[in-house]
Amino acid sequence: MTLYDQWLAVLLAVIVGTVLVAVALIATRLIGPYARERAKSVSYECGMLPVGRNWAQVHVRYYLIAILFLLFDVETVFIVPWAITFTEMPEFVLYYMVAFIVILSLGLVYAWKRGVLEWR
Amino acid sequence: MEERDSLATDNWWDLRDLSNIAGEILDLAERIGGNELAFIVSPIIGFVAAFLIFILPTQLFLGVYGERKIIGRMQSRYGPNRVGPFGLLQPIADAVKLLTKESYTPRGADILVMYTAPIVFVAPAVMLMAVIPFGPNMVIADIPVAVLYFLAMASFPVIASFMAGWGSNNKYSLFGAMRIVAMTLSYEVPLVLVLLGTVVITGTMSLQDMVWWQSDNNIWLVFIAPVALVIFFIAVSAELNRTPVDIAEAESEIVAGYLTEYSGMKWGLFYGMDIAYALASACFAATIFFGGWSLFGLEQWVPPWILFIVKVYAFYFLFIWTRGTLPRLRIDQLMKFAWQFMLPLAALNLLLLAVQRLIVVEAEIETSAIWWLFGGINLIIAAAAIYGWAKVLGYRRDEVPERPRLVKEVGGYVPYDSSKGAR
Repeated sequence: MTLYDQWLAVLLAVIVGTVLVAVALIATRLIGPYARERAKSVSYECGMLPVGRNWAQVHVRYYLIAILFLLFDVETVFIVPWAITFTEMPEFVLYYMVAFIVILSLGLVYAWKRGVLEWR
Repeated sequence: MEERDSLATDNWWDLRDLSNIAGEILDLAERIGGNELAFIVSPIIGFVAAFLIFILPTQLFLGVYGERKIIGRMQSRYGPNRVGPFGLLQPIADAVKLLTKESYTPRGADILVMYTAPIVFVAPAVMLMAVIPFGPNMVIADIPVAVLYFLAMASFPVIASFMAGWGSNNKYSLFGAMRIVAMTLSYEVPLVLVLLGTVVITGTMSLQDMVWWQSDNNIWLVFIAPVALVIFFIAVSAELNRTPVDIAEAESEIVAGYLTEYSGMKWGLFYGMDIAYALASACFAATIFFGGWSLFGLEQWVPPWILFIVKVYAFYFLFIWTRGTLPRLRIDQLMKFAWQFMLPLAALNLLLLAVQRLIVVEAEIETSAIWWLFGGINLIIAAAAIYGWAKVLGYRRDEVPERPRLVKEVGGYVPYDSSKGAR
């Protein structure tokens, strides 16, 4: 078995998943009842008529979390190749990674002190 | 890969290695249609076998029926008991009901996004199943980056949920979508770090090689890195929106989150695939932390795939158990927990394991007993770290007051528990 045989199965899985959904959605369209009605298509808001625009504004703290995630996810991207190969490398590679993680934890401490991690 | 000793024979009736039957079918396919047909047929056999033996029964009778029944018993109810003997046909009745319901799209909804969301949700769940090793030769796609693949595929539900929430044209859906994105982003980082810890120890990302490593060294990774399993479990529950941490579809806060406008089979796909994702996570946990299909040599006699399935069920029961017993947390508690508690512990865990692995490699220690020693050390460090770090952060046990008192932050009150008595 070569590498491409393995990925063929993954491709097949994508096709299976897509076909599964398509069949289910088409079947429910064929079997299930279907009646369009004005009052039914109003978006749900606890039984009342919806107030204001439906694409509401969201709080800025979500944005902060996303920025924080970007930082730390880039960190993990650097750690991934290191994690597999570091035993074949010279010993000091470990110390580099320790230094790298320490520097990034300083970033975490900074974000902590600025109160980014608090959900307010 | 080098040949390994195995009691399993090459006869097709040997249940210990189902790949023999698949091999017979493949030979037949090759005789009929040549190499190309065999090439196509081989993954199909794998999927059909995995579906019939594992996914379908588990999905229906543990995922839908078992989960409801067990939670019902935990909450002193009966659970489903009307359709068929003991309510066993309940999942089928559910499927029929969902199929015959109207699947409605509200006015102003983005129909394209709303209908593609289930596809984006379902396809990765099937893809996750493709890389799970059920036995020494029983894996559909033994890809060399399976751990990374798991992380990538397990992040897909977020995209699908966000599509669902954004396309629904509903405030609750949008809030649910934003919440699940924030939550997954927060729990992704510790999850990646702990999985990298296991990669550091085994030195490979292939799941099959990880299982071989654990069976060769006669130790499970959970004994080496106990804190990794705890963080993995919490982070995966958060990513997959399981109940103790399911603030994205918390029905007491935001109706049904990103699924508010979904109905009929469109909703059913999300529901069913939630179970499939939990199942796939249980499979990965069983493979990475609990030795997969190996059981300290017992896999020579008992079929390895049965051992694997038992482990998956045990881990899945843990999911159900937490769902049945723990109350839902608030979103601010969850965010703080991910960034302040789990992230430092995960980073510490990674560095500790890296140092231990380097010691084993540099000192050229051949005996695998060293890992039991490191495991003992790690267990003590983990207990100390979890306890100490929780103390530093100021986490406390729930107080039991002598009389009911109001709590401002939650907007409720703490009742007086007479069984505990005054302190």
